[in-house]
Amino acid sequence: MVLNQLEELTSRAFDELGKVTNLEELEAWRIRYLGRKSSLIQILRLLATLPLEDRRVAGARANEVKKTFEARLAEKKTSLELAATLSLQRESLDVTLPGERVLLGRLHPTTQILDEICHIFQDMGFQVVEGPEVEWEYYNFEALNMPADHPARDMFATLWIDFETEAGDRPMLLRTHTSPVQIRVMEKSPPPIRIIAPGRVYRYEATDATHEWMFYQVEGLAVDRNITLADLKGTLFEFARRLFGKERKCRFRCDYFPFVEPGVEVAIDCFVCGGAGCRLCGNSGWIEIIGAGMVHPEVLRRVDIDPEVYSGFAFGMGVERIPILRYGIDDIRLFYSNDVRFLRQF
Amino acid sequence: MKVSFRWLSDYVDISAPLEEVTERLTMAGLEVGGMQVIGAGWNNIVVGKIVGVDAHPNADRLRLVTVELGKQQSTVVCGAPNLTIGDNVAFAHVGAQLIEGDSGEVIQLTSARIRGVVSEGMVCSEKELGISDRHEGIMILPPEAPVGTPLSEYLGDTILDLDITPNRPDCLSVIGVAREIVAVLGGRLSIPEIHCEELESAIDSFVSVEIADPDLCPRYCASLLTEVKVGSSPQWLQQRLLACGMRPISNIVDITNYVMLEYGQPLHAFDYDRIHGKQIIVRRAEKGETMTALDGVERTLGQDMLVIADKERVIAIAGIMGGLDTEVTANTTSVLIESANFNQAAIHRGSVNLRLSSEASLRFEKGLSRDLPVVALKRATELMLELTGGKVAKGVIDVYPGKRQVEPILLSAAEVKRLLGMEVGVSEIVRTLELLGFGCEQTELPSSVRVNVPWWRTDISCTADLVEEVARIIGYDNIPTTMLGAPLPEHESVPMLALRRKLRSILVSCGFQEVLTYSLTSLEVMSRISPELQLTGAVPVKVANPMSRDHEYLRTSLRTGLLSVLARNQKYEENGIRLFEIGKVFLPQEKDLPQEKEMLCAVLSSSQGGLSWRGEAEPVDFFSAKGVVETLLSRLELAASFETGGDESLCPGRGADITVGNDKVGVIGELHPKVSEAFELSGTAYLIEIDLDKLESSAGGPKKYEPISRYPSTTRDIALLVDEPITHEQVYDIVKGFSLVDQVALFDLYSGEQVSVGKKSFAFRIVYQSPTHTLTDEEVDKVQQQILDKLARELGASLRA
Repeated sequence: MVLNQLEELTSRAFDELGKVTNLEELEAWRIRYLGRKSSLIQILRLLATLPLEDRRVAGARANEVKKTFEARLAEKKTSLELAATLSLQRESLDVTLPGERVLLGRLHPTTQILDEICHIFQDMGFQVVEGPEVEWEYYNFEALNMPADHPARDMFATLWIDFETEAGDRPMLLRTHTSPVQIRVMEKSPPPIRIIAPGRVYRYEATDATHEWMFYQVEGLAVDRNITLADLKGTLFEFARRLFGKERKCRFRCDYFPFVEPGVEVAIDCFVCGGAGCRLCGNSGWIEIIGAGMVHPEVLRRVDIDPEVYSGFAFGMGVERIPILRYGIDDIRLFYSNDVRFLRQF
Repeated sequence: MKVSFRWLSDYVDISAPLEEVTERLTMAGLEVGGMQVIGAGWNNIVVGKIVGVDAHPNADRLRLVTVELGKQQSTVVCGAPNLTIGDNVAFAHVGAQLIEGDSGEVIQLTSARIRGVVSEGMVCSEKELGISDRHEGIMILPPEAPVGTPLSEYLGDTILDLDITPNRPDCLSVIGVAREIVAVLGGRLSIPEIHCEELESAIDSFVSVEIADPDLCPRYCASLLTEVKVGSSPQWLQQRLLACGMRPISNIVDITNYVMLEYGQPLHAFDYDRIHGKQIIVRRAEKGETMTALDGVERTLGQDMLVIADKERVIAIAGIMGGLDTEVTANTTSVLIESANFNQAAIHRGSVNLRLSSEASLRFEKGLSRDLPVVALKRATELMLELTGGKVAKGVIDVYPGKRQVEPILLSAAEVKRLLGMEVGVSEIVRTLELLGFGCEQTELPSSVRVNVPWWRTDISCTADLVEEVARIIGYDNIPTTMLGAPLPEHESVPMLALRRKLRSILVSCGFQEVLTYSLTSLEVMSRISPELQLTGAVPVKVANPMSRDHEYLRTSLRTGLLSVLARNQKYEENGIRLFEIGKVFLPQEKDLPQEKEMLCAVLSSSQGGLSWRGEAEPVDFFSAKGVVETLLSRLELAASFETGGDESLCPGRGADITVGNDKVGVIGELHPKVSEAFELSGTAYLIEIDLDKLESSAGGPKKYEPISRYPSTTRDIALLVDEPITHEQVYDIVKGFSLVDQVALFDLYSGEQVSVGKKSFAFRIVYQSPTHTLTDEEVDKVQQQILDKLARELGASLRA
């Protein structure tokens, strides 16, 4: 009787298991045939009421059936899971399809490098200030120790503004360097001073791959008691180290600018040839990056800072030169012709 | 300045290797910008002596030259006209590298049979040796040239190309550079003494000199030579001129140039017999006065220019160029040599105004020593005596109204330390300065010296100058590196910097590419931003000497640059382009520097069919641009409102004023089609322009935190029917005005068949929330009804069925 029931149950269960197609159905099958309320469990419970002989035979059979069910369940589960995996694989993504374009612009390479330069100096306690791009001749030249007809003025081919005073002078110009900001700052604030001044400058210059009539400079100025050439050297070497990396060598040599004394030129060893001499560095092995020096006593005197009490250093650098060197850009005119195909590379 | 190493060796014994010399000079301020080796390829070329010249058996124009080469002789075929027995020449053996006379190509000399005669070598011209372009005849070497010696040993040289800074005109001379070499490398400077045998008759009896304008001519010296024979100068002198990049002309002129290169003092030789009245007057030019200079060009002189005149006319533009009339020619027999000092500013100005510069003016304008003219004059006179066969009048003219006493400078070790940041002892200071020719005297103070500046150094006037001298001789590379110490100056914030940085970063994240455009443009381009193509407003600031008409006026708006850049980029960019610039515009002001106003300008142009596999991109329109402005301003904590308006560059009815508080801070809108056309733009473009100065002044106060409600919110959607002219803002403001309304968002706008004519429908999603409790449905219903009542009352709005 019980054995018949078990046979029937087994046949039905296998029949249904064959129709199971997914894990949810399998779970329902498990509850139906192996769950607490299933016929099999009920049969097992009934066994206790059977005569001993019957109980032994039926019990053995019932347990056998249970084991078979469990085995078939596990088997089916494995096969269903495998099928599911295979089916997922069949529907897998082409991960090489392009991602959705995120609309992001970029900063102009000049802005990026200016930010970088300003950051380095801000870390060293310099504050950023700015000055006008249209300047008086006084600030651009005279106050910087370059009176009219000074030979050093020839280093600064000037774009003059069409503006005449009643006396017939033409004292307005497009600043040729950022140095006039030094004068404006010193006129306004007493020492200690520690500033940098980024901005546009202009030259009367025919353009070619290495010359542009408008470009950017960053000026620096520190004035206080006991500021020395050694401080200037330390400051600029540290700057060069941070901007160009510590593997670059730095050279500090004597040079001349009318508004500093002693005057300095800072160069780094050539990126391309490492100092051996190549086209980029004009075979010298060195690339000039900064003009600098101790603020000339005449310049201090003019802004009523006593050069016997205070001293200071000043420096100035061209900005585009840095990305030009760093990225190997071969034409400075690319910067302000603003071809997006160029700008997007930075 | 090109300097011959061989010439330098006349004054200083250089034992250091060439690399060290160039390195030390460069570090000390005389940058060696280049180097050229003469005779680098002169292998197999030796000094020879012509011992025989015979006719060629088969050619009239060719001859057979026999050259003595020390241990051997060689006979070669030669076509040169100047073959003289006894002359020393450069002889190239087979295998030598030479420059082919006609083609200029480098060739290797091979054995050749010329008209039947075998020629195993060649007698060379200067061009073939690469010394100059001369190829009319062979080069004749001086009689003392050692026969048999390799030519490179005898004539080879290294030419240093030095970049002399404008403060060091003394180094525009071989002796000046030799002094520097002694200072940086040690050694002894030996300048030969000058000897002149003078005539009995004094120079005063030949000529008189008057300086009428002593402010422009502090000193004028002259000497006079008679019975000179003008001809070419000797080979060695020509060689040196060529090495330094000057062309030999005649012995007289060459000597003046030679001494200029040697001492740095420009000299001029006049044909004495052509000086009218035997009188030299140094004066300012008179109005309208003209002179034809040595270059053959007649120039009208300005009244501020200094000239050398005789009794009747101008015979030289002082310090710049001599006159053609008094030029030394082949017929000249007496010369007056001028050696003067002129005011540097006057020479500079004159040279700029005349657009005429010369080796002389380039030196004078840098300020030469007033002690130099006499020294150089004596040297030139000596050479003229030696090389032209002339006789010299007794004495020299020396008119010296500008004589001045040069004061010594007091320098202390403390001052050196204060500026350099390194301890330099007095004895070291004295040592370095003396190497440079400074005289140092002890003072009553223990650690100070009184320094006398050598006469040739016109650039030294204060202690800082001396400190630089000390530093550059010690070597800048030996200066320590230290970092700046405290105190730091008080920080003054510049709000514009922060504002700019913030705007840039927001715009970049909104997909805008930053551009930086030129500050100068043209009136034509400026006029394109108005549909009538007419400039409005004040005349922009103009450059007096523009490089081109395209860059003549300072921009008054960023639009011109940005729209031009947009047009250029549209040619090769398919996707929509978004560009911005933050920069200055320049507004003219009466009698003052222009106002420099900080502006932001951005443009968006629609896509021209940039495709994506994900479907079409959102279209670009007014609201794309507006979203950007809203993002910008909300990030700056500013509430903006938009009112129909805009300006001339924008399409009427499709532009708006951007207002913050009561201030119009900018405009936004669709570009006027006429403007688009003027800039040759394709498609529609949208423009945003904001005045950053105004934005900065309206920037909000400090931010305050708002608590987040802990109670759930309730969302309701409503569709409202309103008359067409009612704006979104009118509805929005009313709804948002209710205190329980947390958020209001428009999610649909409709007008058309489903609503009656003259009406439109707004669909809003309203989120209700209270900070104090959970809202009940009844509460929300009540507020919503109040909202609808108010909208009906004030705007005639009704719920859409």
